[in-house]
Amino acid sequence: MILADAASILPLELKNVSLHTGQKRLIKDISCTLEAEDITVVIGPNGAGKSLLLRLCHGLLTPTSGSIVWHGAAGRNPSLFQAMVFQRPVMLRRSVRANIDFALSLRKVPRHLRHDLIEEALHRAGLNRFAQTPALVLSFGEQQRLALARSWALRPQVLFLDEPTASIDPAATHVIEEVILAMRKEGTKIVMCTHDLGQARRLADEVMFIHRGRILEKSDASTFFDGPKNDLAEAFLRGELLWWHRRELTPP
Amino acid sequence: MTDFGAAISTAFALVVYLDRDLSEVVLLSLKVSISAVIIASIIGLPIGAALALYRFPGRTIFIVIVNAFMGLPPVVIGLVVYLLLSRAGPFGVFGLLFTPTAMIIAQVLLITPLIAALARQVMETLWLEYEEQLRSLGTTPLRALGALLWDGRYSLMTAVLAGFGRAIAEVGAVMIVGGNIDHVTRVMTTSIALEVSKGNLALALGLGIILVVLSVLVNGLVFFLRGNNRQGVTP
Repeated sequence: MILADAASILPLELKNVSLHTGQKRLIKDISCTLEAEDITVVIGPNGAGKSLLLRLCHGLLTPTSGSIVWHGAAGRNPSLFQAMVFQRPVMLRRSVRANIDFALSLRKVPRHLRHDLIEEALHRAGLNRFAQTPALVLSFGEQQRLALARSWALRPQVLFLDEPTASIDPAATHVIEEVILAMRKEGTKIVMCTHDLGQARRLADEVMFIHRGRILEKSDASTFFDGPKNDLAEAFLRGELLWWHRRELTPP
Repeated sequence: MTDFGAAISTAFALVVYLDRDLSEVVLLSLKVSISAVIIASIIGLPIGAALALYRFPGRTIFIVIVNAFMGLPPVVIGLVVYLLLSRAGPFGVFGLLFTPTAMIIAQVLLITPLIAALARQVMETLWLEYEEQLRSLGTTPLRALGALLWDGRYSLMTAVLAGFGRAIAEVGAVMIVGGNIDHVTRVMTTSIALEVSKGNLALALGLGIILVVLSVLVNGLVFFLRGNNRQGVTP
């Protein structure tokens, strides 16, 4: 049974992590530590490497060099304590309920415990009345809520969210943010990337600013939004289009 | 032209009055081909899914071979099975030649590659969509295989149906390994071939009509099943 009350697998440490494909260096020598059970928001322009960084941390990608260590894992398989929600929700061709049930069965949650977990997750995401509906006929926003509910049911210690509210309307975004905040309250570490600066301001406890495969700034949300130290981060917050400034602004 | 008209009316009479010889032949056809499809699906669907899912050395060659075998000529399969099952062959001791079992074996060999190749295409598309999510949830390769087969079941039905169509319509293999023995191994396609050569066009046409109606019915059934699922359950 995988529940958040087991000893935490955090902190997560990335040591000189790089990811190359062919000639392209996508992630360049990133080192950082994620510790507190709060919300870390990864921001940066398109192609900065936000999604790749999340996939590396989650173990879906293997770094070309460097290492990713879950210091609290203590011999346990850290991936069993994590979950991820993708930008495009992946729906199994089954009912809404069966989508969550399948995830729980993969994590070896005993059958008699699943019912309550599913009910609670559906309730959280406001999907009760869709329990028997095939997941594929839900709207995009509802599918993303289901993807989040599926992660909620797993009670992960760490949840990765890859732009969960991209192309979703404000009402559905609100529900999703509520669920994210509720999960944090229950002690889940959230690592999410987003394009939406408003969302970053609403949710972030900590901000990581990534540009062209490097972390340029990592600081408390309040510090970051009050006055980022990095000039590129400042330009990004002002809403400037960074790729126009490649030549004028050089990273430190 | 009058011959043709007479043939058609005789054919309909045979169908309507359920001629005993005719129904025997039809039932054997169905028995052989349905058995073959079930066995070929049990073998072919997991092979197709595994080819989509797993990476192993020689995978590309294997896929090329399976794809190439999709269009294998039935007479060649028939000949190979004939040689294997004949008294002098390695499996001659079982005495299976010229029995319905031999026909099922030949048809299984004929349609398994077809079902596997079509299943692989369906599964590969689905896996592309599922892979990251299932890996994130911590799937084992076996559970992933099961999920793909289950979630792709309606698309896979098309593959199975294609196999059934090929099995029920083929004449070369069952003719060679079955021998077209009356009341033993005579099926629709071998009867048609025989009756045509005898000049008995009415029976041949009657069988032809049943063959066509059967395939329309089976296709319609699958279409109906899929359609029902698409609509889904309303909340």
